[in-house]
Amino acid sequence: MDIDLALVWALIIAAAVFIYVVLDGFDLGIGILFPTARSATERDLMMNSIAPVWDGNETWLVLGGGGLYAMFPLAYSVLMPALYAPIIAMLLGLVFRGVVFEFRFKAHPERRWIWDIAFFLGSLTAAFAQGVALGAIVQGIAVEGRSYAGGWLDWLSPFSIMTGVALVIGYALLGACWLIWKCEGPTQAHFREKARLFAVLMIGVIGIVSLWTPFLHPQFAARWFTMPQILYTAPVPLMVAALAVVLFRSLSGTRDGLPFLAGLGLFLVSYIGLGISLFPHIVPPHITIWQAAAPHSSLLFLLVGALVLVPMILAYSGYAYWVFRGKVRIGEGYH
Amino acid sequence: MDISAVDLARIQFAFTISFHIIFPSFTIGLASFLMVLEGLWLTTKREVYLRLFHYWLKIFAVAFGMGVVSGIVMAYQFGTNWAVFADKTGPILGPLMGYEVLSAFFLEAGFLGIMLFGLNRVGPRLHFTATAMVALGTAISGFWILSANSWMQTPAGYTINEAGQFAPENWLEIVFNPSFPFRFVHMMLAAYLTTAFVVGAVGAYHLLKDRTNDAARVMFSMAMWMAAIVTPVQIFAGDMHGLNTLEHQPAKIAALEGHFEGETRAPLLLFGIPDMEKAETYYKVEIPLLGSIILTHSLDGRVPGLKDFPREDWPDAAILFFSFRVMVGLGFLMLGMGLWSLWLRYRGTLYETPLLHRAALVMGPSGFIAVLAGWITTEVGRQPYTVYGLLRTSDSISPVDAPAVATSLVIFIIVYFIVFGIGTGYMLAAMLRSPATGSGPTPGEPARAAGVTPAPAFTDPHPSNTTE
Repeated sequence: MDIDLALVWALIIAAAVFIYVVLDGFDLGIGILFPTARSATERDLMMNSIAPVWDGNETWLVLGGGGLYAMFPLAYSVLMPALYAPIIAMLLGLVFRGVVFEFRFKAHPERRWIWDIAFFLGSLTAAFAQGVALGAIVQGIAVEGRSYAGGWLDWLSPFSIMTGVALVIGYALLGACWLIWKCEGPTQAHFREKARLFAVLMIGVIGIVSLWTPFLHPQFAARWFTMPQILYTAPVPLMVAALAVVLFRSLSGTRDGLPFLAGLGLFLVSYIGLGISLFPHIVPPHITIWQAAAPHSSLLFLLVGALVLVPMILAYSGYAYWVFRGKVRIGEGYH
Repeated sequence: MDISAVDLARIQFAFTISFHIIFPSFTIGLASFLMVLEGLWLTTKREVYLRLFHYWLKIFAVAFGMGVVSGIVMAYQFGTNWAVFADKTGPILGPLMGYEVLSAFFLEAGFLGIMLFGLNRVGPRLHFTATAMVALGTAISGFWILSANSWMQTPAGYTINEAGQFAPENWLEIVFNPSFPFRFVHMMLAAYLTTAFVVGAVGAYHLLKDRTNDAARVMFSMAMWMAAIVTPVQIFAGDMHGLNTLEHQPAKIAALEGHFEGETRAPLLLFGIPDMEKAETYYKVEIPLLGSIILTHSLDGRVPGLKDFPREDWPDAAILFFSFRVMVGLGFLMLGMGLWSLWLRYRGTLYETPLLHRAALVMGPSGFIAVLAGWITTEVGRQPYTVYGLLRTSDSISPVDAPAVATSLVIFIIVYFIVFGIGTGYMLAAMLRSPATGSGPTPGEPARAAGVTPAPAFTDPHPSNTTE
């Protein structure tokens, strides 16, 4: 059989990470937007809009991490020590915000503000740490033999701070768009305004990161600015521009779901742009997906399961969203 | 004192996994208990089952949330602290965990939202399906993670490739490696018993306050049935697991029995203090011959001693000897509770014997302690290897510096004690609330599944009939 299983798995894991980014992205974004809520009721609404689905959203992160360990163990064993501090920060942030979903309603109403702050800070930390980790991967990781060869602060650079900020902004945009979809009345209007602000910022940071990336490495520049590659990379910035127009228009329109979809589109195009820069490296600039891939038998064994189970997962996860479709309302009866 | 990165990484792993295992060992059993409660409600239409379902559902939600977040940490810790281990075992353990994520985690997470919040949206039958899916997910999760853990104890079906990794040869042998069936059964029963004793303690607490409390009676009775039926099965399963360990990891058995010298007609040590440096167990209290009888099922059977093995391969007997005895001792106390409850049930005084209820209350955390002690026994007993006999713990570590591991360890300890301490406090507070009718939700909390209370004013006219 001549199917390139390493490539297939790289695509599956890339898809899992993308699904994670958009799903937990709006989750985390709602945490980031928490301080902008104008009342306790509004905060309740925000939480209620994601309470039934956040756990499923976060499972994609476990699939991303677990999948990397399983299918690209070399990449996993190099990346985790390299990204030690951001990964630990992300995990602790997720611990804090994850427990808030249950703790907040158990706490005495007078002490609920503590969990509101934990939800905000946990979400912010997790989002920022993910962005920093992404930036650290893009800027390159020192490898010797089969292990990480850098120091424990190598991940820290102006570029990785920038990507951290960018992801926080992106998640806030997704969160605001989600709330436009799930809320109505003054709450919806409030987050429409927030979405406008974060949309402007988002376009800005996409521009900065896109212009910065090619200068990190001549390889990246060659990929984006030379013929004939430019023929198929050029549509990427054009699509960003088109989606930005759709997003701004939809924010003044009446179709409540459209801003969220346009936001998703922006994430997808940015993600594809990232893939164009990095491919075929899984630990840039040294390790490719083929070098990091597990033995054929491992790739095949899990692929069989994935082909059967992933469609089922998509079906029942979609069903869970369907069950909780429509607007969330105050006192509607679930938190 | 000079602590190495390996020691710190081991402490960190032991700390984070010990916190984590507490929640799954509770939620595995609780998910099944909830499924049974909802099933009983659907078939008998008795309101007390629905009330108990909602009562335990709130506690389940908190425990499950803490299990999820502490579990995500585990998925990344292999890489942050144990990179060499991750690189070498990824091709084998990775797919097992991959199957766990795909077949269990998504199933649990996908249906959890419906289970917690969806009763009035999907109706009772579909909701029951969701509850059953969550329960099924917890069991499947146990299957894969115990397979992975067992492979580290009794590796099978592998070769070693040119990159120095364990490469799969035969997946059937890998998944069903020699110790897996025993460990799986032993752990699942442990999870059910852990839950049963928590439920029993909560029931007992409310019976002590009001012995006519119908919901307290039902849950206490169900828990005591579990104690009476499952504990003997568990002791049998534990014995089988021990014999399997004797076959595949005799050094572990030698250490947990406190034997440094291998011998035939070996005694069973009830107490002693193993001294690893002097290679001798002091202050022994022993029963002659019983060691050989239990481990080899014959009087003349030879029981291994640590001196049968090279010194550098000894696990720490000073820990194992005690952790093993804590687990076994609690197992027999559980058996005692089960038998006592059977006797009182036969006499018809199950709900009228405060002494039993006090004992059940004290035994509430016994399952957690036994589970932790059991895991300490099996994991410390695997030392000094991560993959038994093949990959040493000292060769498994990441290229990270001790200060980095120490820093993250301190932060983990602080955060875990705060977050999971508070969470446990919320669970205890929920357990102290009476499950009898008239206990409304906390002020400000939106009621779960509001609108579905098919028999709101129904009270059982014959509470004494609630015996199952």
